[in-house]
Amino acid sequence: MTLLMGAVAYDPKVVTIWSGFRAWLVRNGLPYDFVLYSNYERQAEDLVAGRIHAAWHSPLAWIRSRRMAEALGRTVRPLVMRDTDQDLRSVVVVRADSGIQTVDDLAGRVVACGAIDSPQATLLPLDHLRQAGVKVDVRRFDIGVGLHGDHIGGEREAARSLMSGEAAAACMIDANHLLFGREGTLPAGSTRILTATEPYDHCVMAVSDAAPEEHVRHFGELLLGMSYADPEVRPLLDLEGLTAWHEGRTSGYGALEAAVSGFYDGQGGLVAEDYQP
Amino acid sequence: MTERVVDLGDVGFDRGAHILVAGELAMMPVGGRLGVTGTDAALPLHLAAWCRSQGHRVETPADNAGVRAWVVCGRGVHDRWAGAERAGAAGSAAAVVRPAAHWGLAARGALVEAGGPVLPFDLDRKELVWADLAPKLYAQAAARQWDPATAIGWDTPFDLPAEIEGAVVQVMTYLIENEQAALVIPARLLARVHPHFREVLQLLAVQAADEARHVEVFTRRALLKGRDLGTSSVSGRSSLSSLLAEPDFSLALFLLSVLGEGTFLNLLSFLAEHAPDPVTRQIVTLVHQDEARHVAFGMGHLREQSRRDPAFTARLRGAIERRHDALLSTAGINQDVLDALTVLAAGEWTAPAIARGHAAVERLHRDMYDGRRNRLIRLGFPAEEAAELSALHTRNFM
Repeated sequence: MTLLMGAVAYDPKVVTIWSGFRAWLVRNGLPYDFVLYSNYERQAEDLVAGRIHAAWHSPLAWIRSRRMAEALGRTVRPLVMRDTDQDLRSVVVVRADSGIQTVDDLAGRVVACGAIDSPQATLLPLDHLRQAGVKVDVRRFDIGVGLHGDHIGGEREAARSLMSGEAAAACMIDANHLLFGREGTLPAGSTRILTATEPYDHCVMAVSDAAPEEHVRHFGELLLGMSYADPEVRPLLDLEGLTAWHEGRTSGYGALEAAVSGFYDGQGGLVAEDYQP
Repeated sequence: MTERVVDLGDVGFDRGAHILVAGELAMMPVGGRLGVTGTDAALPLHLAAWCRSQGHRVETPADNAGVRAWVVCGRGVHDRWAGAERAGAAGSAAAVVRPAAHWGLAARGALVEAGGPVLPFDLDRKELVWADLAPKLYAQAAARQWDPATAIGWDTPFDLPAEIEGAVVQVMTYLIENEQAALVIPARLLARVHPHFREVLQLLAVQAADEARHVEVFTRRALLKGRDLGTSSVSGRSSLSSLLAEPDFSLALFLLSVLGEGTFLNLLSFLAEHAPDPVTRQIVTLVHQDEARHVAFGMGHLREQSRRDPAFTARLRGAIERRHDALLSTAGINQDVLDALTVLAAGEWTAPAIARGHAAVERLHRDMYDGRRNRLIRLGFPAEEAAELSALHTRNFM
């Protein structure tokens, strides 16, 4: 049996990455193939339905698969994740010359965020503001809906709306705050970080209990054994944005589990009315 | 445990702070600890995001008294360069015998990261393409580039009889055709040579640029007084197309530069002597300088080959014979060109002058033959064989 993995085609590079990994994995003795999805919801459903054995999941897709599986008496588990998937933070930034000094100052103000299903640019930072007890006027940029925020467009538009004055604050992941500063979307020194979430984890390789156990074990060993010193896989690791695979963990998803109450129900059903992946 | 501290001042990661941190980490062993201080408000957050992307770990100090964060150096930087190698050394004397295909477009002497695309440069052996003379010739070529717009006195007044002007136009038409072949051949060879042999690429590039300029000035002279160009014969184009068919680097240089352009040196000298106007004379004099350099590179390359391989002259002989056989059924040079050369040497449209011109063209043929024979002797051919092979050269000159 071939271990079949799903990945979401959020960018053309996904084909390069997983075709390259496929060749490497097969050469190292693992019967492996992958299929591409246009959005994470179908991939999450197919993992639980047993149509694929493994899924390169967004954190949101992980939560949905886990909830759906548990509702059916089944299990999914995290196999591996990238070193770059651990301990991320999201930030809420304001213009440096803004009079906004505390989170409370945001009450009633326009806060720009990413797509409806972006954990890092919408769900987590907005929940962070809710937890702080402040009600804001959300201006959402629904770009790449269904890709769970993998498409950077929504975050970039949120940043632009901050600079244009349309929004008083904008939400984004820490790495993109850095990126937008470097590329000039947010000129150096033009913004101030008002608040940041606690660290959380991002993507994960989820495997279902329907997957052939021996292949899953071999898959995990091979991924964890990939070396950044190997010139064959290094360009693929660079494209995928990691220097090493780490053991998967669920400890970094607590905040997102709490933040998705208006998005998924307890069984992984979609409840967000205006969400159309 | 290696520990160092870097002070970023007020420079944040949105203003290049990563360069300072990366520079320090590059000097540390895996697991070494780098303390980072600085006053930028976003420093801890940006440092963490940057370190994550680079495979370094960040630890937050227990107290706020010292550094703002500790970076634990990860493997990434070291692993990336673990299998790297130098692409030879920078100097021309250090060109290696056979550069690796994956060095590709890397500068000679650069530290090349392992892996990457394998580029299909099939001329990748030093003995196939190199000439010790190449760096010097390139420097000379670069220094002696001339601007067609200013190097030639296009506005110099002159007026020629129609027959003479017609002969100039015909010769220019022929030269354009030949120089276009001489442009295409080095350009095609250039794209096949491994860039490790950069001086050879540079020289071929300048050679192609020389020919591009020659095509320009010959065209401009042809149209200086009129609107129409002369004729182009099947036999002339057949001869040139047989030059383009030679895939071997050394043999292509031999046929083009040594025999073809070598023969053209005589032709250009002839034209300089018999040029009926100052513009034509200036043009052929400048072109002669460039062509002499092309011949020198070809000779330099082939003499090194010949010294290294006693059987090499047999290959050269084979190339001449193959081309001769291929052109046996063609008529040779365009008669219009020969007639035009005769008229130019005559200088006037009278019977005695034409006879003088005809004799001058016969001398030109002998000079060309002698020039080829002497060059073949310098390449290692015995005198008799050189004479025999010189006679087999295309009647189209190039």
